[in-house]
Amino acid sequence: MLDKTGIAQRIAKEVKDGYYVNLGIGIPTLVANYVRNDIEVEFQSENGVLGMGPFPFEGEEDADVINAGKQTITTLPGASFFDSALSFSMIRGQHVDLTILGAMEVAENGDIANWKIPGKMVKGMGGAMDLVASAENIIVAMMHTNRAGESKLLKRCSLPLTGVACVKKIVTNLAVIEVTSKGFKLLERAPGVSVDDIKNATEGTLLIEGDIPEMAF
Amino acid sequence: MINKKVANITEALEGVSDGMTFMLGGFGLSGIPENAIAELVKRGISGLTCISNNAGVDDFGLGLLLQKRQIKKMISSYVGENEEFERQMLSGELEVELIPQGTLAERCRAAQAGIPAFYTPAGYGTEVAEEKETREFNGKMYVLEHAFKADFAFVKAWKGDEAGNLIFKGTARNFNPVMCGAAKITVAEVEEMVPLGQLDPNQIHIPGIFVQRIIQGTHYEKRIEQRTVRQRSSEN
Repeated sequence: MLDKTGIAQRIAKEVKDGYYVNLGIGIPTLVANYVRNDIEVEFQSENGVLGMGPFPFEGEEDADVINAGKQTITTLPGASFFDSALSFSMIRGQHVDLTILGAMEVAENGDIANWKIPGKMVKGMGGAMDLVASAENIIVAMMHTNRAGESKLLKRCSLPLTGVACVKKIVTNLAVIEVTSKGFKLLERAPGVSVDDIKNATEGTLLIEGDIPEMAF
Repeated sequence: MINKKVANITEALEGVSDGMTFMLGGFGLSGIPENAIAELVKRGISGLTCISNNAGVDDFGLGLLLQKRQIKKMISSYVGENEEFERQMLSGELEVELIPQGTLAERCRAAQAGIPAFYTPAGYGTEVAEEKETREFNGKMYVLEHAFKADFAFVKAWKGDEAGNLIFKGTARNFNPVMCGAAKITVAEVEEMVPLGQLDPNQIHIPGIFVQRIIQGTHYEKRIEQRTVRQRSSEN
């Protein structure tokens, strides 16, 4: 089974040379740490920066240079700043190649819910609705089950939706799954996790074809 | 040159009153109009509708107006990190309209640009699109969203001049440029007011035509919400 770092490490393999990538808050933010050094990738943050670098050294933090998680960041050579409308022109205009974000629930048709638990938690959708409505390539990073042990990969989402039929791939602590027209297709198992473990933790339709390989890093 | 400079923050906010709708720039606490917010708190006007991506934190930014119960309604995309906000929202004291961040930006930009409404894919099939007109273009569904209407826009820039020209810094730019000229009156506060002619016309982000009043801010705390650093010894 993977921890959050492991999920980020596995997703980093999906990031290809020449990609502009938007990383959501939480596990997705960690992905930047594991992208191969021999490829060129630029990270976009929807608050208005392209070409994000690592966190600043202590004493070099700048209140005017943050990411969408409001964390202090640095920029790399070639970086640019822009306003929020232009930022979402990049996103809705499909100029961003890959979007990686977290979720509370994903349905087998690719619906995603990640912004609201009625009566309990309302933080808002931020840029997530714009991102999932537009991106061609959306990967969800999340734990396979919630804190109560219930599956987060469902036949239908029970929470208010963020987007409809948009998720292409899911990487969890248990598995790599592709969203297909017939349901969740199991691609890879996490180290030490059996197909049965994944089946038991998945409420939605799980398609298992042939031998399922273990994830390689 | 048409002079937009006003003497002080009191003059800059002349005309604000109870029940008005304001746009306020900033993302988190970065690039917020600190001086305008302080003056609004001081004036104690209430029943306000505030269009702002976030709602500040408990003791800073728009949180200061929330503490004093001056805000009736917030229109935002993300409102976490603020306990007083959550309390007022759950108790029904505060009305909240949550909208996608790109839609928030574009509704400002549309107001600035004289475009009454536009179609966006964001929120289609979700509760955000409920009771809104939808339409198919090239096989994909879109939601009709309208330009905002606001009485004042309060923005914060890095540098400005008497003509109202503005330059922003880093990610403190965010919603500030798209709110300029998107309300009846735009009040810009700047960290540094420079003599006329010193800003390179090639480098100006917002031309003065979008700004009615400009003022040198007197104090900027520029609080950092999530201070994250790396150790000097590590490579990454």
